[in-house]
Amino acid sequence: MTTVTMTVNGKTVSGEVEDRTLLVEFIRENLELTGTHVGCDTSQCGVCVIHMDGKAIKSCTTLAVQASGSQITTIEGLATGDELHPVQKAFKEHHGLQCGFCTPGMVMAAVDMINRLGPNLDEATIRHELEGNLCRCTGYHNIVKAIKAAADEMAALPQAAE
Amino acid sequence: MYETSYHRAGSVSDAEAAIANAEDGKFLAGGQTLIATMKQRLAAPTDLIDLRHIADLKGIAKQADGSIRIGAATCHADVATNEDVRTSIPGLADLAGKIGDPHVRHMGTLGGSIANNDPAADYPAALMALGATVETNKRSLAAEDFFTGMFETALEDDEIVVAVTFPECTTSAYAKFPNPASRYSMAGVFVAKGDSGVRVAVSGAGQDGVFRVPEMEKALESQWSADAVANIKVPAEDMLSDIHGSSEYRANLVTVMAKRAVAALS
Repeated sequence: MTTVTMTVNGKTVSGEVEDRTLLVEFIRENLELTGTHVGCDTSQCGVCVIHMDGKAIKSCTTLAVQASGSQITTIEGLATGDELHPVQKAFKEHHGLQCGFCTPGMVMAAVDMINRLGPNLDEATIRHELEGNLCRCTGYHNIVKAIKAAADEMAALPQAAE
Repeated sequence: MYETSYHRAGSVSDAEAAIANAEDGKFLAGGQTLIATMKQRLAAPTDLIDLRHIADLKGIAKQADGSIRIGAATCHADVATNEDVRTSIPGLADLAGKIGDPHVRHMGTLGGSIANNDPAADYPAALMALGATVETNKRSLAAEDFFTGMFETALEDDEIVVAVTFPECTTSAYAKFPNPASRYSMAGVFVAKGDSGVRVAVSGAGQDGVFRVPEMEKALESQWSADAVANIKVPAEDMLSDIHGSSEYRANLVTVMAKRAVAALS
């Protein structure tokens, strides 16, 4: 067992884990932050995407011990109080989900995309950048619309990136 | 995943000591292959020695002779977006940006990719076509001596890739046909023109991993156009065959990707 310590959504947390514990297991089971999902468990589907030190990664393909000492943001850490993050708001407004299972990963991927590439995103770029996230319900159309709308809103408010 | 013991190395000598003390240890970089393989119980190292936090293994530097030295623990996203790489070896930046997906590119590293030498990995094609040199904690190796077969390299069990140096080139491009689900290369062709002439290397298709295509290199030396390689086929019997594509299909993809890579530069 190893003690891991990291900052998750602004709070310092620590826990005792086996070295083989996946980061997503630590987040869901130890921290009880169940917004981050496990889908394929083979790093294809992207429902486990979180941000580690400001970059989107797949938490099902990372060990909790690897993340010790890092800054983690999960879907639960995006909103400010009751105020949803612009990407969350846009997913709601544009109905960027059906069953909702892929949504946390989609939102985290979208925020990372806007952080990396800036808010001036065209549709083709958004579609291409979503190659690490699968949705089996929507056909992606409203997800793309939501990300475009959020990016446009964030272009006006660049400080709201994360 | 079977039990394992994790060690975070702070330096190369730290990592050397940790692997020496391990019963069946493995070096861990981004873990984008190794963790997945361990989850499937296809690998069960007793110890993992994490190289990702070693400062000496990170960073991208343009050298005085125009070459670019990339630390082994540099992630694909950093190679893809680095200004020096994009300007000097655009094909390499483009290749790095086509590996996996954005999230995988934030973790996966150059050193991890070449040490694993998956036949479907992209980087080996760039190292071979650009005539790169692999620097380890023990020696320097030409790319051609480094890659020795499918999932095989010249690395000894306790040898660590420290950096890769890519010589300056005049022009470079990579064209890849990714598996639509996994994004792994089913055939990827890297074409480079430099002081030592034209070099063409193929990822994803060969049974023994990365290989060069001398006939295409010769044809492009005398005529730099997609047409020059249009009728050159690699032998199908040397290509991989699986549920994603037969060896004949892959042999054909090699020619098509070579044409696309050259066309992108014409």
